[in-house]
Order: sequence, then structure tokens, then C-alpha cells
Amino acid sequence: MLKFILRRILIMIPQLFLLSVLIFLLAKAMPGDALTGQLAANPKMDPQTLEEMREKLGLNDPVHIQYIRWVKNMLQGDLGLSYTHQQPVTDLLAGRVGNTVLLSAAILVLTYLIAIPLGIVSGRWTDTWADKLIVGYSYIGYATPLFIFALIMLFVFGFHLGWFPTGGSVDIQVEEGTLAYYLSKLNHLMLPALSGALINTVGIIQYLRSEIIDTKVKDFVKTARAKGVPERQIYWRHILRNSFLPIAAFLGYEITGLIGGSVFLESIYSYPGLGQLFLQSIMQRDYSVVTALVMISGVATLVGTLLSDIILSAVDPRIRIE
Amino acid sequence: MSKQPLLEIERLRVSFQIEGAYYAAVDDVSLVIEENEVVALVGESGCGKSALALSIMGLHPPEKTKVEGRLLFKGTNLLSLSVSELNRIRGKEIGMIFQDPLTALNPLMTVGRQIEESMNYHLRLPAEEKKKRTIRLLERVGIPEPEKVYHRYPHELSGGMRQRVVIAIAIACEPSLLIADEPTTALDVTIQAQIMELLKELQRQMKTSIILITHDLGVVAEMADRVAVMYAGEIVELADVDTIFHRPLHPYTRSLLQSIPSAQVKKDRLHVIQGIVPPLHKLPRRGCRFQPRISWIGAEQHELEPQLREVEPGHWVRCTCYRHFHFPDDQMTREVDYGAS
Ligand SMILES: Nc1ncnc2c1ncn2[C@@H]1O[C@H](COP(=O)(O)OP(=O)(O)OP(=O)(O)O)[C@@H](O)[C@H]1O
Ligand SMILES: [Mg+2]
Repeated sequence: MLKFILRRILIMIPQLFLLSVLIFLLAKAMPGDALTGQLAANPKMDPQTLEEMREKLGLNDPVHIQYIRWVKNMLQGDLGLSYTHQQPVTDLLAGRVGNTVLLSAAILVLTYLIAIPLGIVSGRWTDTWADKLIVGYSYIGYATPLFIFALIMLFVFGFHLGWFPTGGSVDIQVEEGTLAYYLSKLNHLMLPALSGALINTVGIIQYLRSEIIDTKVKDFVKTARAKGVPERQIYWRHILRNSFLPIAAFLGYEITGLIGGSVFLESIYSYPGLGQLFLQSIMQRDYSVVTALVMISGVATLVGTLLSDIILSAVDPRIRIE
Repeated sequence: MSKQPLLEIERLRVSFQIEGAYYAAVDDVSLVIEENEVVALVGESGCGKSALALSIMGLHPPEKTKVEGRLLFKGTNLLSLSVSELNRIRGKEIGMIFQDPLTALNPLMTVGRQIEESMNYHLRLPAEEKKKRTIRLLERVGIPEPEKVYHRYPHELSGGMRQRVVIAIAIACEPSLLIADEPTTALDVTIQAQIMELLKELQRQMKTSIILITHDLGVVAEMADRVAVMYAGEIVELADVDTIFHRPLHPYTRSLLQSIPSAQVKKDRLHVIQGIVPPLHKLPRRGCRFQPRISWIGAEQHELEPQLREVEPGHWVRCTCYRHFHFPDDQMTREVDYGAS
């Protein structure tokens, strides 16, 4: 098992290398460079000074030298400078990453909390009214784009009913570390997390439902019934355990989806996380931030895939790797 | 008064729902299984053998299947029991061996756990006792290194070994009736013989009755006491094994026997039964169901409502057409003794 994980991490190195080259080249190919933004912020800058700064920052060096420097800095935790915020990208991200992780984790937990019972009900009691309701919900969920749904939720529960705050991640008045602070955080988290989860969950509900429907007619379920195993145990020990396998493996892949989702959710709910920062930085052409975020999401995706493989091999004896 | 039989199948009908209507796959079948008796159930694919077997175990999904008639097991009608009442009999009194060992075992449970599972509900045994018993069972079904195999997952075993595990599960609580639905069809020929040998040996030791479903008439000859020949959901002939092999009457039985290569009598041509068993919803429901496949026999030779009749003690045949049956001339099996020619 450990060897398997190590091997997988080794495989990730060339993947990461390719990813970094791609991102670097894309950043280079975009019009302007790290100083264009500064120029926009300060149009009166002297072209002579600008050229000196370019030279000093190494922007006139050959591309591969620049790449190596970029990677070296990145490995040392230096992701460059954000010109819009006038602070190191690393510091900028550090202030927001917690919020995004919190939101993603909340979405993930809610997604599975909703999907597992609904999927089980739907798959076990197929063609009952409960099943039909759940299937109906999942069709609607499929058809509704996340950002539209999030806007509706924001409008209804945020503005119209006023049950939840409509922006930010915490009240500014409350003191950090107090109970009120955590409650306020939770309060701010609810609406974006629920919006994400309610849409996110329909894929898993459908998947779980069809897994259960497939599994319950399998031969080994007949064997179990022929042993005289009670119906409850038939479901828990035989049908559900086998149906959960692919669902468990999804957990890692979900991370990729969460990254995309956080861009919409955080922007709509003005939730100060990485997703919101990403969209802002693109609009303001803050390249050093954008490249850093793309790189991070690339790494997160790779880690998610690895996680999925590890989970699968942990729960499925057929894929146990020495 | 004679002893109560182990299982009395009385006018059993199993119907499946196909596009809204029910069609009987097992149609008015009556059959008695005595204690310590091996009854073979033979017939072509699709004639209802599995449907019959599954109905005894109550394994048909109730929504889409109708099971009518009576299944008296030691005097109790299995069809009148609730699922939880049935669960006290399944696995304990009746064990089932399935056809495909590759799919019959739960891929996520170790062999040991799967065998112990049935003991959990039927025998109250302390854990170490249970494990000992399981390892003994594995030994008994011919699995080498049972202590190791106990901890293995099904995918780590070969097909033959898995089928031995399936058998171990079926006999874990020493049932008085075993239902084996083509227990060797999915296996290599050499393994088939070993598994049949094992079943025979177990039967001898445990005195279990067996309903043996098979296509292999060689196996029937070796193992069965009596044979029920099924065609299109009905029993067309029922007799002890010697009678079936030496004095078969029904055209279908004779055709089946003619269609197997035999070691003693070498034939230059094997008989091929014309046509196929029709799909359920196209089965002829009136008259002799085999009639369309022996079209050279005149319609007047068949009964309008063929009955299963006892033509000699213990030998039952359906329809009168057997009296007039002959193989068609163009398919007549000319028996040639290769040694003489
Ligand atoms: N669940 C079902 N729904 C509808 N029709 C079914 C179902 N199960 C079996 N049948 C039909 O019932 C008939 C008898 O099937 P059964 O499986 O009992 O045949 P069999 O004699 O066991 O054949 P084989 O030798 O291939 O196992 C077939 O025509 C089959 O198509
Ligand atoms: Mg069958």
C-alpha cells in the first residue's frame, strides 16, 4: 500500500512538470508581463525606469532561465507579487485559502449527507413515489446551472427572507476566537454550502441509485438470501457495501468539481476565498495571482485523483496493491 | 402409512410478468422428493428448471413473479411463509448451489466470513467454534490449506475453488435438501468431474436429498435416483434413472438421449432436435407442447389436453404421442458399429 502511494506520487512529478510548463507558457503568451499591470496602475512611469526594472526582474532573460527561476521561487513559497493588492501572492492566498477549504469541506460533507440517504431510498424502493420525487429532484438539479441556482438561493433566503447574510465569511464586529465568531462563520457558510451541495449531490444520488439497482439483482445477493440472511443485512452487508465502492472513489474526483464550483459560489456570495480572488484577478489581469491559482488547482486535482485511487484500493480488496 | 416425503411440489406454477401479462415458465408441475434421494431435472435451456429451483428458495422478486401451487417442505407450505419465516429454513434446511461461482460470491467478503454468515443465523456458535467448523467445511469440500483460504477473498481463488466455497456455504448447516442448479456448467471439463465427485461423496456422507439440475446426461446417469424431464415448463416424463435411460418413452426424452454422443454405442450421426424451446410468451398453451418440434407425427396422435399418466409403476409420461413416435427418416440415426464396418 505504502509502495503504491509512493509510486503514484512519483508519477505525479512529471505530471506536475508538464502542468507547470504549460501554465508558464500560457502566462508568457498572454499580452503584457508582470510590469504591464504596474504600468496600468501608474501610467506616468518613465519607460527608462520600466526597462531597468524589467532587466532587474530578469524579464529579459531567455525563457528557460525565467522558467527555472519561476519554479525555484515557487518551490520556496514565493509566488510573486500581486500588483492590485500590492502584497506577495503567497500572503494573499494564505488569507483566503482557509475560507475556500472550509466551504469546500462543508459542500462535500453536505453533498454526501444528502446523497447517501436519498440514493439508498431511491435505489431500494424503485418506482415508489419517494423514488419518483428523488429522481425528479435530480433531473431538475442536473438541468439547473450552479450559478443560477446560487443566485436564486441568494435572492430568496438572503435578500427576500433575510435568513442568512448575503456576503462575507464572518461578521466584522465579532471578536476572533469567541463562540459568536464561529457561529457567525457557520451562518455565512450555510447558504453557499447548501447551494453547492444541493446541485452537486444529484450526480451522486443518480449514481448510487443505479449502483443499488444493479447490485440488488446480482448473484451473490441471491446466495446471501439463500443462506437465510435477513433482509436488513442483505441490504447493509451485501448490496449497499458493494454499491458504495464507486461512490467512495468519487470523493477524490469531487475536489476538481469543487474548485470550479467555488469560483461561481464565492463570487456570487462575495465570499472571500480563492475562487472569488481568481475571478477578480482575471478581470484585473493580475497574472501572478492567476498563474498561482491555476497551478494550485492543478495540484489539487492531481492530489484528488490520487486520493480516489487510494480510497478505492483501501475499500475494494480486488484492487489491493502490494 | 408411508413416511412423509421431504418435499412435495404440488401443481406449482411460476409466472413472469412480460409486458404487463403473466406467462408461466413452470406450468402445473408436481413432483415429490423423498429423503436421501437425488432427483435430476433435465431439459433444454429455457424450459423452466431454474425458475422451479428459485421458487423453492423463494428467490423470485415478488413484484414481477407469481408463484402458485404448494411447496410442502416437511409438511410446511413454503409459499405461505413470510420472508422471515422462510429465512429460518433457507440455508438451514435447504441449501442452494448456484451455477456461476464467479458471480455467486460477494467480492468484498472473505471466504470465511461468507461461510460463517449462514451459521450466524441458524446455529448459535461461539466465534472460535464457528471458525473451526468453517475450516473443517473447507477441508471437507476439498480445499487445500483451509486456514489460509479462510482469509482469502473470492477473486484470489480459481473457478473450481470458488465453486467448492459455494458448496461449503450450501452445506454449512447440513441441510436436508440441496438444490444444485447446473453446478458445473461454468467450469472446465476436468474440474466438472471433480465437483460432481465431491457432490456425490457429500451426498453419500450426509444423506442429503438433492435436486440436481443439469444438461449433462452422463452426470444424471451417475448420480440420480430419479429423473424428471422438463419441456416448456412441464414435466413430460418422470421415472427412475434406469427406466429413463433404457426405456424412455416420451419423444422429447428419446430425442435428448439420441442427441448425446455415447461411449458404448457409436453413432455416425447424432440426432438434432428440430427448432428451439419457444420464448415464454410464444409457448403453445394448449395441446402437446412438443408437437411443433415433431411435426412429422400426425396431429391426431397427440392428446388435446395431455396428462401426465403412470404407464407402469413409477414411470410417468405426458401425452399419448409417445406411442406413435419414431425419428424422421431423413434424420434416422443409423447405428453403425465402427468395429464391424
Ligand atoms: N425474471 C424473468 N422474467 C421473465 N422471464 C423469465 C425470467 N426468468 C426466466 N424467464 C423465462 O422463463 C423461461 C424459463 O427460464 P429458466 O431460467 O427457468 O430456464 P432454465 O431451464 O433454467 O434454462 P437454462 O438451462 O438456460 O438455465 C425462459 O423462457 C426464460 O426466458
Ligand atoms: Mg437455469
